[in-house]
Amino acid sequence: MAGKIITISSGKGGVGKTTTTANLSISLAMLGYRVTCIDADIGLRNLDVMMGLENRIVYDIVNYIDGRCRFRQALVRDKRFPELFLLPAAQTRDKNAISIEDMSRVAHEAAESADFVLIDSPAGIEHGFRYAATPADLVLIVTNPEVTAVRDADRVIGLLEAEGWAPSQLIINRFKADLVRRNEMLDSDTVTDLLAIDLVGIVPEDTKILSSSNHGQPVALDERSPAGKAFRNIGRRLTGEAVPFEALQKQTFFQKLFGSR
Amino acid sequence: MRLLDMFRRKPNSSQDVAAQRLRLVLTHDRANLSPGMLEILKDEIIAVISKHLDIDREKVVVNFTEDTRETRLMADIPIHTPRTRRGEPQS
Repeated sequence: MAGKIITISSGKGGVGKTTTTANLSISLAMLGYRVTCIDADIGLRNLDVMMGLENRIVYDIVNYIDGRCRFRQALVRDKRFPELFLLPAAQTRDKNAISIEDMSRVAHEAAESADFVLIDSPAGIEHGFRYAATPADLVLIVTNPEVTAVRDADRVIGLLEAEGWAPSQLIINRFKADLVRRNEMLDSDTVTDLLAIDLVGIVPEDTKILSSSNHGQPVALDERSPAGKAFRNIGRRLTGEAVPFEALQKQTFFQKLFGSR
Repeated sequence: MRLLDMFRRKPNSSQDVAAQRLRLVLTHDRANLSPGMLEILKDEIIAVISKHLDIDREKVVVNFTEDTRETRLMADIPIHTPRTRRGEPQS
């Protein structure tokens, strides 16, 4: 049976699409699934660095589409999980090097030998987003609890619905529970209600994200990182497991009374 | 600070402001009609209705309402009837 194709998208740049793709790939691989992640951001390759695989790249997705290598040759095997592969973006080409049909063919080819294929979509709502979203069975919309990011997420959700593409689910990233408690940041219920799609996870702001990208070791590998735990739980939810949401923002009566954090 | 304030949400917190602004922006984005265009639409609706009915122009409300992802345009147009006009100065 062919694997499930999941595209990670957002509209707005900088909300954590690539971080999410890297961490969900690792999380699913940790559960023993065969995973192939595809960097669809042609010209702005970054998933390789996030995963710490930049030095292993020989070919890229455009090389494969141009017939310069076989599919397996273009894949980079992860150094931690033998069943996890990365299909890198081309760095010296642009998004017009790939057609919607090319990406669909590549994604379905990857799905033949993987349980999950994760596609890291480029930012924006143009051609790059379209070729990344077209082959998806599910689109994960990453947003931050900010007016600009939620607005752009809504545009993407609207486009997916208008085009009749895959259903979408929401990931709220960079959630700052202390700010929400002080009523200085949008809470997850408001964001989820406004966007009117199912919430699949809330990832707290975590200073370890920066050092994880510095080292090329996604936080999902870090047992003690709150963001890592959130990503691992999203990974389990993607496999159909009912994992309760982590308590991030709800305050108990006594916390309210005494103002403790 | 009153004791009760401890349990009450801060009114107009930046969280509330963000939620309100976002709600309005999303409504207009989804309907593909800017707030300025909605005002023009409202004026045009008033002009058309006025041809046939005696309406209270000042109290006309034209707005979007949202139900999950479905958007409706709601117009609330009070009509002057002999009953409502009784006691009001003739315009």
